[in-house]
Amino acid sequence: MDAIIIQILNGLDKGSAYALIALGLTLIFGTLGVVNFAHGALFMIGAFCAVTLQRILTLSTVTIDETQKDFLGNPLKVETPYVVNWFGDSAGNSIIDWSVPLAIILAIPVMLFIGYAMERGLIKHFYKRPHADQILVTFGLAIVIQEIVKLFFGANPIPTPAPDMFAGSLDFGVMLGFDPNAIIYPYWRLIYFAFAAIIIGAVFAFLQFTTFGMVVRAGMADRETVGLLGIDIDKRFTVMFGIAAAVAGLAGGMYTPINPPNYHMGMDFLVLSFVVVVVGGMGSLPGAVLAGFLLGILESFASTTWATTTVPGINQIVIYLVAIIVLLTRPRGLMGRKGVMED
Amino acid sequence: MSKLIINRRSLLKTGGAASVALATPYFFTRGALAQSDMYLNAPKGDTVTLGFNVPQTGPYADEGADELDAYKLAVEHLNGEGDGGCLNTFSSKVLKGNGILGKKVAYVTGDTQTKSDAARASAKSMIEKDGAIMITGGSSSGVAVAVQGLCQEAGVIFMAALTHSNDTTGKDKKANGFRHFFNAYMSGAALAPVLKNAYGSDRRAYHLTADYTWGWTQQESIQAATEAIGWETVNNVLTPLASTDFSSYIAPVLNSGADVLVLNHYGGNMVNSLTQAVQFGLRDKQVNGKQFEIIVPLYSELMAKGAGENIKGVYGSMNWNWTLQDEGTKAFVKSFGEKYGRPPSNAAQTAYAQTLLYADAAERAGTFNPCGIVEALEGYDFDGLGNGPTHYRAADHQCFKDVLVVKGKDAPSNQYDTLEVVEVTPRSQVEYEPDHPMFAGGDLGTCNPGA
Amino acid sequence: MLGLNTRDASLFVIVVILALTAPFLLNPFPAESSLAQFNAGYPDLMQRFAIYGIFAIGFNILFGLTGYLSFGHAAFLGVGSYAAVWMFKLLNYNILPAVILSVIVGGLFALLIGYISLRRSGIYFSILTLAFAQMSFALAYSVLTPITNGETGLQVYTDDPQYLQSADAPSIPHLFGVTMRSTQDIDFGAWSFSFNAGYYVCAVMMIVMFYLSIRIFRSPFGMMLRAIKTNQTRMNYTGLNPRPYTLAAFVISGMYAGLAGGLLAAMDPLAGAERMQWTASGEVVLMTILGGAGTLLGPVLGAGFIKYFENIFSKINENVLHQWFAFLPDGLEDFLVTILYPFVGKGWHLTLGLLFMLVVIFLPGGLMEGGQRIGRIFRKREKKPEVRAKDPEHHPKPSPHVA
Repeated sequence: MDAIIIQILNGLDKGSAYALIALGLTLIFGTLGVVNFAHGALFMIGAFCAVTLQRILTLSTVTIDETQKDFLGNPLKVETPYVVNWFGDSAGNSIIDWSVPLAIILAIPVMLFIGYAMERGLIKHFYKRPHADQILVTFGLAIVIQEIVKLFFGANPIPTPAPDMFAGSLDFGVMLGFDPNAIIYPYWRLIYFAFAAIIIGAVFAFLQFTTFGMVVRAGMADRETVGLLGIDIDKRFTVMFGIAAAVAGLAGGMYTPINPPNYHMGMDFLVLSFVVVVVGGMGSLPGAVLAGFLLGILESFASTTWATTTVPGINQIVIYLVAIIVLLTRPRGLMGRKGVMED
Repeated sequence: MSKLIINRRSLLKTGGAASVALATPYFFTRGALAQSDMYLNAPKGDTVTLGFNVPQTGPYADEGADELDAYKLAVEHLNGEGDGGCLNTFSSKVLKGNGILGKKVAYVTGDTQTKSDAARASAKSMIEKDGAIMITGGSSSGVAVAVQGLCQEAGVIFMAALTHSNDTTGKDKKANGFRHFFNAYMSGAALAPVLKNAYGSDRRAYHLTADYTWGWTQQESIQAATEAIGWETVNNVLTPLASTDFSSYIAPVLNSGADVLVLNHYGGNMVNSLTQAVQFGLRDKQVNGKQFEIIVPLYSELMAKGAGENIKGVYGSMNWNWTLQDEGTKAFVKSFGEKYGRPPSNAAQTAYAQTLLYADAAERAGTFNPCGIVEALEGYDFDGLGNGPTHYRAADHQCFKDVLVVKGKDAPSNQYDTLEVVEVTPRSQVEYEPDHPMFAGGDLGTCNPGA
Repeated sequence: MLGLNTRDASLFVIVVILALTAPFLLNPFPAESSLAQFNAGYPDLMQRFAIYGIFAIGFNILFGLTGYLSFGHAAFLGVGSYAAVWMFKLLNYNILPAVILSVIVGGLFALLIGYISLRRSGIYFSILTLAFAQMSFALAYSVLTPITNGETGLQVYTDDPQYLQSADAPSIPHLFGVTMRSTQDIDFGAWSFSFNAGYYVCAVMMIVMFYLSIRIFRSPFGMMLRAIKTNQTRMNYTGLNPRPYTLAAFVISGMYAGLAGGLLAAMDPLAGAERMQWTASGEVVLMTILGGAGTLLGPVLGAGFIKYFENIFSKINENVLHQWFAFLPDGLEDFLVTILYPFVGKGWHLTLGLLFMLVVIFLPGGLMEGGQRIGRIFRKREKKPEVRAKDPEHHPKPSPHVA
């Protein structure tokens, strides 16, 4: 029983990352009809927003301390971050400690801008082009973004710890009446899950309850008619692209304490998130979220010793296996609409 | 077929050249020229070309860059530039800083992408196109074994850099290949006594192992070594190479009755699994009345950097560390640090040492002929490169030397000072017979000069 | 000639000539000059040009004609390689049985995957093939290690049975005694050219495969495939079932991929699992689209282009750059090297990414379209504008590809 609860918890957490990326992908696909292979790169840029903020906060003055030596025997250069100088030791260091959550403030405008620029600068010209061209050009863009990040930050992962407050884990087992240590779960992952739930809720609320969202939904259903009504639907779709980028970026930024970011992390998520989108059904927002969580939980269960001893290697292939079964039994994914991407 | 685009303009010119070439009776082949020295890529002119084959793209690019920096430094020292580095401390004194055998050292570089296919393609181009007489590099055992096999077939020397799997000098050993780096067996043999001192002999270990050849050999070695000191192995769980989230593998650990977690991971896998294990709070827990501990059998400086604070107090092993205090290490760290402004990693050190060892062997053999080099390196004893007295065993071309057991430092004094050496395990303790079961099954074969 | 119309025949003859004289064409720079860096005429790269050319030609039969975009073709190349190496391990080093088996295995594997995947179209088909390929890769890398030798790659060991290996036969891949590695270097003045047996085996295979693809393109079967791409519904209404045709195209392209994999193993008897990774499948998609999907020559050009980049650009290091610009004043030299350095050597991915974007944005028809545009400019200069008779067969309209 406790093992099952553990894996459901794990799956929810993994699933929230999948769901956030898939949600963004689906927003772009549903509104603009573009298959965005650079979406993983947006996730990665979000993660590097956190790294950048960390770097900015730790910008330092250098003083030479003659009493200490560095590894070559020269006097040691002691670096003191400006924020520590300005706000004093404790306040300064706790600002640095909180750099990941603070990065949200940086990531939202940056990602909105990047999304906007991407749509206006590049994607706009590809609406009339075949999907294969869209895939290719966004894939090329993903490579370029990735390599530029590598140029500045190197290929090695960069540690970006969560605030000290959230170190350690919560003992769920005790709450539910199991032995201590039977079900533990890190605080930061719980926060990530809550964060994902809030973002997903916010996106749906935005689409459901605002006039802007209503117009966008109408546009997703029938772009032409909405256009004929005199609404500049393109402008709104551009904004949606920015929002999708921001969702991916926030997902990436908050994920950094779990996975120290490297320039390659976007590609690692790309294939999986496409599988998630297709399993959920192209163009269906609830489908993307549902499939994200579902695949996350399935992947967790496949990782148990019981599963891997029953079917060796199942943990490597379960997501693809599920994708194949779903696509063969439910042609349009779990919640897909008819006629999407079938030509 | 890309010739159509690239060379259409030169079609006429070259076509003309071709017909002349066919008409002239004087054409001769390179093979005929090289009668005197019957081996592949015998250096002509006054330079000799070495091939540095390291990952320049992909997740190990930084490690590759570090190795490449070390190679460049070695070339500088061989050619008599810079401060000479380890040439001054090396026990063999035949290298004079005038190149190798009087020929200036040149080099070509290639990108392995950490894929065995790409690595072989790039090594082949160095051999076929650039005339490289020796290939060195590697950042993973798969790549090293693949390139070593290629060098054996082609007939050049391969000086392996970063490869830790037992197979490289075990079942995949080759006469033309040499490894200076240590291996998984040595990690186990060096770690076990230290672990026994630190954590006692009544421990229950839970292994998470990267699901591929290197992970398996390391897990096997560590399990054997820890069981020999009385530890019990609770479970060994294989994790997919592509995993980035290890939570579903880490979560069941505490409840399994294990009180030690062994992470047989490398690179990004290791950074993620260690970070996440620490995040789960494993190291704050008490199990079986003991403090829960994590072990990372193979450390590298870059991984330590990537994992940040999480490595504090975590034991592991290394081939070499820049904080050692022998003359060879000091000389190397000084040259490297002054040139690049940071201390070298242990991957850089093995790359540097391998280049000097090759040059020295050629100098002593008096030829670049791979068979001469093999003869010079086999059973060779040397010192002064930073690892203490070292022996290149003839039976499997593996170096035997002291192995370091290291621990993540609790209070690093600067950003490079992440690991501290807790014990230098003497060579005698990590030695094994060439036919040890973990290394059995291979055949060294005979040296291949390629012509 | 050979059942080809004049236009195809001349294209074919050009390809044959180019393939056979490649060792000259690819080494246009004297061996000792600083531009020798750009020479591509060494055996390994020439072999790769031909082999990946075959791979891309095969992929184009599926994608270019039917519009079905497979993201899993690397899996067929991978199993082809494994099959070939297993033949080396079990029989002997003759490449003929190895290559034959790899074609068969590639075809069978394609039949299996194609039969399932072709039940869906569009992006669903792409994801299905991707899923199969990723599963093959993951399993080959880990669980199937006894068959594939996992990370290390499948290779021949001296204690392998090799039942048909005779004592005097070469112990490296050969074709009836001619080893694939044997190379004749010819120096001609400052130039140097390598003639490699392995390359000519690959080149001949590529020529044959190219011929076959022309015949398929021009056959009624090829017409049928095009009909599927243009309008499958209409085809259904005329009472034709498209499934057998697409499956046949899928299997044929799988056999091409198997052949390419077999040849890769024949040139270099080691098969690594990375060959099956999705990025490898993506690479052949890029090759085909970059060169021009649906054209005969395009995929071959695309393959050459990408392999050239991978092998030549990645080897330009700081040192080489400094040599090139050594004639400039120091400050300017350093400046130029600093500017160029991020784009070559370890930055070759960046250049490749930028080039992809440029080609896709400005040349949707790939390099072939680029060539045609340049050709048109010249033609305009020679004569007054002339309305060229569109040959719909040779230049299928860029109807929407499926994604």
